Amino acid sequence: MLRVRETVFGCKDPEPSMLQLILGRVRTFREGTLILTILVVAVIMSFLSPHFLTVNNIRTTLLSFATNGIVVVGITIVMILGGIDLSVGSTMALSMVVSGRLFLMGMPIWFAIIFGLLAAAMVGVTIGFFVTRVGLSPFITTLAMMGIARGLCFVITQGTPLSLFRMPAEFKNIGLGSVAGIPYGIIIFTIIVVTADFLMRRSRVARLVYYTGSNETAAIYSGVNTKRVKHLVYIICSTMAGLAGILYMSRFSSATPGFGAGLELTAISAAVIGGASLNGGEGTVFGAVLGIALLAVITTSMILLNVSVYWQDLIRGSILLMAVSLDYIRHRH
Amino acid sequence: MSGQTALEVIGITKTFPGTRALDDVSLAVRKGEVHAVVGENGAGKSTLMKIIDGIHLPDCGEIRVDEQPIMIRNPQDAQRQGIGFVHQEIALCQHLSVAENVFMADINTGKFPLIPFNRYRAETRKLLDQFHAKIDPSAHVSTLSISNQQIVEIIKALSRQCRILIFDEPTAALTEDETDVLFEIIGKLKSQGISILYITHRMPEIFRLCDRVTILRDGKLIETLNVAETNEVAIVNRMVGRHIEDLYPPKDAAEHEDTVPVLAVENLGSFDRFRDISFTVYPGEILGLTGLVGAGRSEVLKAVCGLYPKTCGEIRLQGKPIEIRGYRDAIRHGIVYLTEDRKSEGLFLRMNVIRNIAAMSLARLISGFLVDRRQEAQLASKHVESTRIRCSSLVQSLESLSGGNQQKVLLSKLLAIEPRVLFLDEPTRGIDVGAKSEIHLLLRNLANSGVAIVMISSDMPEVIGMCDRVVVMYEGTVAGTVRDSDGHLNEETLIHLASGLSVATAPAGPTPVEREEREKG
Repeated sequence: MLRVRETVFGCKDPEPSMLQLILGRVRTFREGTLILTILVVAVIMSFLSPHFLTVNNIRTTLLSFATNGIVVVGITIVMILGGIDLSVGSTMALSMVVSGRLFLMGMPIWFAIIFGLLAAAMVGVTIGFFVTRVGLSPFITTLAMMGIARGLCFVITQGTPLSLFRMPAEFKNIGLGSVAGIPYGIIIFTIIVVTADFLMRRSRVARLVYYTGSNETAAIYSGVNTKRVKHLVYIICSTMAGLAGILYMSRFSSATPGFGAGLELTAISAAVIGGASLNGGEGTVFGAVLGIALLAVITTSMILLNVSVYWQDLIRGSILLMAVSLDYIRHRH
Repeated sequence: MSGQTALEVIGITKTFPGTRALDDVSLAVRKGEVHAVVGENGAGKSTLMKIIDGIHLPDCGEIRVDEQPIMIRNPQDAQRQGIGFVHQEIALCQHLSVAENVFMADINTGKFPLIPFNRYRAETRKLLDQFHAKIDPSAHVSTLSISNQQIVEIIKALSRQCRILIFDEPTAALTEDETDVLFEIIGKLKSQGISILYITHRMPEIFRLCDRVTILRDGKLIETLNVAETNEVAIVNRMVGRHIEDLYPPKDAAEHEDTVPVLAVENLGSFDRFRDISFTVYPGEILGLTGLVGAGRSEVLKAVCGLYPKTCGEIRLQGKPIEIRGYRDAIRHGIVYLTEDRKSEGLFLRMNVIRNIAAMSLARLISGFLVDRRQEAQLASKHVESTRIRCSSLVQSLESLSGGNQQKVLLSKLLAIEPRVLFLDEPTRGIDVGAKSEIHLLLRNLANSGVAIVMISSDMPEVIGMCDRVVVMYEGTVAGTVRDSDGHLNEETLIHLASGLSVATAPAGPTPVEREEREKG
């Protein structure tokens, strides 16, 4: 009468383990749909354009989203937490500009980078302070930080891009070099994604992020120090944005104060397309990376098909709407 | 037949993907009748009401109002037929005033180009006065207590001239006084010839208020009975489909005078919310903490756990004073708190059973800095078994479980850390009779295994049936303690103490107010 029906008694792992093949790791409907969509686009494109399935094009496409992808990883974690970070674009520029300025003032580039990353982390510390201690909403706080960080960039550079062609070759090599034909940028991105995805699925701290995002009061009532979790996540996100800035600086040998404007919207779109929800508690790093990959594949396709760049935003917006509607309709029953 | 039929549903069937929510259900409500609809959660009560209100469309079946077959396709149709619905979940616009909420339908239909605030306020005041409710019609709903919001919800339904009014567990959030007023109003409505469909879990309300009762189980109509010709046990047995002999498990007979209490709280106070709260709880004991809503019961337990600020007081665990600065300290000492609001403060609704149960035990489930998922699943399955949670799999999300099973998951989360002291705030609120008695049995077994339990409940029969001792609070102070073994543990004593009156049956003593005055003077 009162029986436990067919529960999983640890005999079958409720989630497939990390080291299975990429496809074995597709846990959510969303991830599966995205992979399928990317494959469909790729197949269609391989017929429409002889250049699409070339090593060169694949490498260019990967490289085009690898660095922004690092920002997407950070923002996805913030969104799982139930927050949002609009300041990532500005933070990225800030780390660039701070490192660049310090380098021009005579500091060795490697130290300059550390200060650039610290500047980015400080943005996260500040956001975390206002969100957890003062109690402002993340939207407002990061909107303000977006302006403040951007303003700092212009103040530091006096509005003109810093030319950094004198940077040592070893540093430039990070952005430009490759090993066995694979650019360092892609390697770094892959390492970050795989690590972050693994940690978000398995580590204790990441679990606390999901708990906090799913129901903050319930998390507090389970003994989770949600303020500390939130603070940590904002710092991680800003630091990731800072890291992306450093990589861009290495690739372009310059630090531009206006760099990365509008990146936050692309990153949020990618996270949402990948399954993150603005309400928190949901989303995966892997899904978000698939989200930005889809956007990049579409962009490349449009370029190869000679579609005017003016169409890009329109198409991105439509993909975002479709992805979210699909999920919503599916959840409704 | 006495009286005409106001509303009749005939042969209603409704299937949702995977479940048959209603199976050929028929029901007739007479004019001026209060008709109770009871059944466990999942029995189909809410679905039936939603069909009557036009939120769901039935697969087949017919609805008749005043013996005329009608179509109800949406809530507007239902409104037009004079059917009003007081929802269980509060569905008010939090940032608008009471009057604007009450006249939302009026504003929607746009009778007036500009909103006639003065007129709405005056009419709202008139309706509120009927309720003797001290609510300002221009106050924002968000500033009202839950029970006052419930009153606004009821007034909102009354403001439309309805002939049939559906109440979905209206007293769940109300105090005794407010409940009395509500029943008085329902009596008045009844005498005006309005028919009332009354969904409830509380047996005493059926006998106090209702004329007939319809029992549903698993989507099927079991029986419609005249309340005057039946009794509580008969109804409960029909609801659960089996016999529940004893509503409550046997109590703990042990005397604790000589043993050291597991937890002793002394002179606990928090600003002007409560003061001078002292109580002890012994291993194996279930201590009740009761009083009217707003007496400060939840705040006391939360303050002990570090979830609410305290300004003074000492807490001793097993005789040793301990310092609790935050909830994490309490958890470390094995003191845990079960919230009264499981959905918004307790559960991770979109996460699965395993993750919910493991939420407080992660520290024990890690290898390195990773969560050991095998151990995590084992922990969950152990508790699913021992608390008899009915779920199709451990990775099912909490949203899809019934209220009773959700509550068991929440309880399992606390039990997973093997607590020494268990604080429970309304542990059986809003869950069905079957799950309720399972939880009661579970709690008694826990107590027998040596866990000390402190339980807040507004459900008087539950307090009397479950607790070995009861501390009654009145306006932030302890009004008295009643022991089951003294033979004074009855509803009358508890209500007297909870209302701040001296107890006629107990040795005469000063009321808390008098005592306080005496201490001051």
